[in-house]
Amino acid sequence: MTGARKYNGPRRSALQRFAAAPHIAWAVLFVIAPLIFVAYYAFTNSADGSFTMANIAAFFTKEYLLIFWRSVKLAFFATLICLLLGYPTAYFISRCKPGTQKILIVLLMLPMWTNFLIRTYSIMTLLQDTGILNSLLGAIGIKPLSIIGTETAVVIGMVYDYLPYMILPIYSVMSKMDHRLIEAASDLGCNGFQVLKKVIIPLSISGVISGITMVFVPSISTFYISQKLGGPSTLLIGDVIEQQYTASNYNMVASLSFVLMVILIVGLAIVNHYTDSDDGGGMLI
Amino acid sequence: MKKRLIELKNISKAFDGEAVLSNIDLYIHDHEFMTLLGPSGCGKTTTLRIIGGFETPDEGDVYFEGERINDLPAYKRHVNTVFQKYALFPHLNVFDNIAFGLRIKKVKEDVIREKVSEMLSLVNLVGFEKKNVSLLSGGQQQRVAIARALINEPEVLLLDEPLGALDLKLRKDMQVELKNIQTKTGITFVYVTHDQEEALSMSDTVVVMANGKIQQIGTPIDIYNEPVNAFVADFIGESNILDGVMLKDFCVKFASHTFDCLDKGFEINEPVDVVVRPEDVDVVPVEKGMLSGLVTSVTFKGVHYEIIVDIDGFKWMIQSTDYVAPNSVIGVYIEPDAIHIMKKSEFSNMFGDYSTFSDEMDHLSEVPEEDEE
Repeated sequence: MTGARKYNGPRRSALQRFAAAPHIAWAVLFVIAPLIFVAYYAFTNSADGSFTMANIAAFFTKEYLLIFWRSVKLAFFATLICLLLGYPTAYFISRCKPGTQKILIVLLMLPMWTNFLIRTYSIMTLLQDTGILNSLLGAIGIKPLSIIGTETAVVIGMVYDYLPYMILPIYSVMSKMDHRLIEAASDLGCNGFQVLKKVIIPLSISGVISGITMVFVPSISTFYISQKLGGPSTLLIGDVIEQQYTASNYNMVASLSFVLMVILIVGLAIVNHYTDSDDGGGMLI
Repeated sequence: MKKRLIELKNISKAFDGEAVLSNIDLYIHDHEFMTLLGPSGCGKTTTLRIIGGFETPDEGDVYFEGERINDLPAYKRHVNTVFQKYALFPHLNVFDNIAFGLRIKKVKEDVIREKVSEMLSLVNLVGFEKKNVSLLSGGQQQRVAIARALINEPEVLLLDEPLGALDLKLRKDMQVELKNIQTKTGITFVYVTHDQEEALSMSDTVVVMANGKIQQIGTPIDIYNEPVNAFVADFIGESNILDGVMLKDFCVKFASHTFDCLDKGFEINEPVDVVVRPEDVDVVPVEKGMLSGLVTSVTFKGVHYEIIVDIDGFKWMIQSTDYVAPNSVIGVYIEPDAIHIMKKSEFSNMFGDYSTFSDEMDHLSEVPEEDEE
C-alpha cells in the first residue's frame, strides 16, 4: 500500500499534524455537531423524536414560501445595489497610490468596528419619519418620505451594513491585478470600456463572486435589520426562525434553517460552477 | 534615404520632480531594428512608453509618419508592445491571447483562425492553441507575447526587455529568432535592453542612453569602435580609458608615453580621454614594449586570458590568447589604430581603471533591471 501511494504534497511531521488539532476540534464541536443536530431536529417530531417530513413540508406551504420569496427578493436587491456601488468603489481604490489605498480601506472598515446593532439603530434614526433624512428634505422643501417600515428601509439597512463585504474581496483581487494587463489591452486596441469588459471584469470575477456570497448570505438570513427597519409586512425567513426559536419550536427552527442552508449551498455551487475561476479570489464555498 | 517613421523632438519627462528624460531627439526609420541601450534608470523604458502611448512627455513632441501623436491614446496608435514579463491575459488560452487584438477589431472568426495559426508557426508554437498561458515556460510565454503583438501587423513593434526573464541559453536562441522574425516581417523594431551584447548582435542602430540623455546613436560597429565618451566606451564592451593630452594631430600622450594615432581635429595640447580595447593590446617582451608593468592577475576565459597589468599605478585589462605568469613583468605594444581619442565629458575619470575589477562585477551587471516607472 505504501509503495503505490500517490504523492500528496509534502509529508507532514507529527507536529504539523498536531497543529491542525485545535481547528479540527473546533470544527467538529461547533460546525459538524450542530449541523448533525439541525438535520436530526429537522426530520423528527417534537413529541417522540420519530422520523417525519412534516417540518420540511411546512416550509413549502404558501405562508413560508411567501416569506422566503420576500427574503430572496430583498437580499437580491441589496446584493445588486452593493455590487453596483461596490465594484466601482473597489476599482477606484485599487487605482489609488498605495498610501491612499490604505487610508481608504481603513475608512471603509472603520464602521465595521462599530457594533452591528448600533449601526442598524443609527440607520433607523436616519430613516425615521421624524428622522434626520426627513428634516433635511423638509429644509429644502421636499415633503417627508415614509421609508421606515418598508422593504426599501430593509434594503437600505442591508446595503449599509454589508457594503464593505462586497468592496473588500473585489478590491483584494483588483489590487493584485497586474497593471500591465490593462496597458496590454489598450495596446492591442481596447478603449476604456473594452478594457473593462475584456480584462478587468473577467479577472475580478472571483472577487465579485466572493462579494456576492458575503452580502447575499447574511442578507437572506438576517432578522435584526428587518425587525428594526421593517415592519410586519417585511417579515423575513430569519425573523420566522427567530420567532419559532423564541416559541421553543426547535424542530421547525431546524427544518427552516436546514432548507435555507441547502438552497443556499446549491445556489452558490451553481454560481461557482459557471464562473469556474481557478485562481481563487477568496471563495467561501 | 529611408523614411522616418517615428520622430521624437526635444522630449523631456519628469516623475515626481525628478528628470527621467531630458531633451531627447530621435528618429526611427522604417524597417529598422533600433535598440535603446542603457543601464537601469537611464530612461530607455520611459522613451519606449512614450512611443507606445503609456506616458505623455512633459515637453516635446512625438511624430508618427509626420503627424503629431502626443495626445493619441495607446489604443489608436499603429504600434504594439511586447511587455516586460509578457503581460499575457491569464483568463485566456494561447489562441485567445493571440486573437485578442483582431477580436477587438471585429475581424471575422475564420480570418482570425487562419492568422493565429500563421502566427503560431512563425513563433514555433503550433499545437499550443488550447494551452493555458500560465502553464507555459518563460520562452513559450515570450513567443505568445510576440505573436499577440505581431498579429495586428503594427508598423512598429516595441519590445521592453523581452528576454530579461529568460536564462542565458534561451536568451541567445531567442535573439536569433527575434532577428529572423524582424527580417521576415520587415516590421520596425524598437528594442529596449540593458544587455550590450544583445544590442550589438541584433540591431541596425543602437541608441546608448545614460542619465536621461542620449549619449550616442550609431551602428553597432560605430558604437564599439568610435565611442563618443567614457560612458559609452565603458558600457559597450571592456575598455581601458586613460587621461591623455593631444599633442597635435595623429599624436597623443598618455601613460607618460607618446603614441601615434589616427585621430585628428583636436586642439593642440587638448586634454582627452583615450580608449584602448583590451583585445587590441599586444603583450611583448619588456624590451620591445612601449610600456611595461607587473601582471597582477590572470583569469582563463576560454577564448582568451584576461590579464590585469599594473602600469604606473593604472590597472590595464589585456585580453590575450597567450598565457603570461602572474607577478611577471611584461611589455605592451599598442598599434596606432588601436587607440581611440574622445573629447572630455561629464563621464571622464568615472570609468576605465580595472583596479576594483573582479568577476563579481560582471555578474552584477547582468542582474535584470527593475521596472522603471
